[in-house]
Amino acid sequence: MSKEIPLWEVFIRSKNGLEHRHCGSLHAEDAEMALNNARDVYTRRNEGVSIWVVESKHITASNPQDSGELFEPAADKVYRHPTFYELPDELKHM
Amino acid sequence: MSEAEIKSLEAQFEAKIANDEKIEPKDWMPEKYRKTHIRQISQHAHSEIVGMLPEGNWITRAPSLRRKAALLAKVQDEAGHGLYLYSACETLGISREELYNQLHTGAAKYSSIFNYPTLTWADMGAIGWLVDGAAIINQVPLCSTSYGPYARAMVRVCKEESFHQRQGYEIMLSLCNGTEEQKQMAQDALNRWWWPSLMMLGPEDKDSVHTEQSMKWKLKRKTNDELRQQFIDQTVPQADILGLTIPDPELKWNEEKGGYDFGPIDWDEFWQVVKGHGPMNKKRLDDRRNAWEKGKWVRDAAMAYAQKQNERKNKQAI
Repeated sequence: MSKEIPLWEVFIRSKNGLEHRHCGSLHAEDAEMALNNARDVYTRRNEGVSIWVVESKHITASNPQDSGELFEPAADKVYRHPTFYELPDELKHM
Repeated sequence: MSEAEIKSLEAQFEAKIANDEKIEPKDWMPEKYRKTHIRQISQHAHSEIVGMLPEGNWITRAPSLRRKAALLAKVQDEAGHGLYLYSACETLGISREELYNQLHTGAAKYSSIFNYPTLTWADMGAIGWLVDGAAIINQVPLCSTSYGPYARAMVRVCKEESFHQRQGYEIMLSLCNGTEEQKQMAQDALNRWWWPSLMMLGPEDKDSVHTEQSMKWKLKRKTNDELRQQFIDQTVPQADILGLTIPDPELKWNEEKGGYDFGPIDWDEFWQVVKGHGPMNKKRLDDRRNAWEKGKWVRDAAMAYAQKQNERKNKQAI
């Protein structure tokens, strides 16, 4: 093989009303073949009603080394959660 | 990175695994973890792919359309399982081409069970029942292994695998409820597949070089001997229902341990097959290489087509 066959990420919507979820990847020469392959590889048992494929090289991912600065600040912002606020017991349904 | 930094990363890594957290592709991991996973996941993928061959042998000769459709679907699943696993393996930084190359040159191993021939239709029953049965026992614990992509692939594989075993058992059941000759055929298949199925669960714990490390990384959650005992205990009653005899005169229920005692396994045979001297090793690899080489023009054509379409699209855009 002279050239690597491109890698694609596959996302499946299992039924209308739900989001597409990443389910795996596969190799295919172009988008159309990637869709066809995804149908055979990932939806043999009615797992989906819609497929997205995107070439893996187009995905920009955060680096696990940056997880601290990206995600830790949210941890000390408890006031973003409803349970932070102290309200009287008489108050129901809020 | 300094040695101290690596040590600290290693400590964090081990703590994560001990805490049942998953490791994902871009996370730092020790080189040995990466290599061990590449070895195991690729062996697993190769086993799925080579595993299609013994059964492919019977697709055109299935006794009914129902059996044929089921066998086709099973073999197609195995292709799918191979693909999930190759993808998972590639996330560790090895290319698909290199993985295939390792299989085709004999550098990588696949499950030794596929180096036995499938002589009669009953072998389709015995493989589904025993080989897939043993595979399930091996695979279920892997659904919670520490490497995320592998664990996710295994969840998918396990979901699909139970149909494989049930269709195999149903084939055995039909044969056992058939003529005397058909029942004999089922017994003969059990006789030939029983011991290789036990060997398939791997060398005994005392001879297994990878077990300890793999247990620590949760790449293995039960030892080979535990898995083998589980397989035997679950399979013997299934053989009783079929009215077949397990080909082991020493097989006996042991009340005290709550499991069966069984006779010695011929490990010389196992190592012979692993080293390439099984009845079908050469044929299996030849078939794989052939399929790869003869399929080259299809891959080339698909690549050329994709390129041409792309150029055409670019031209229209101008």
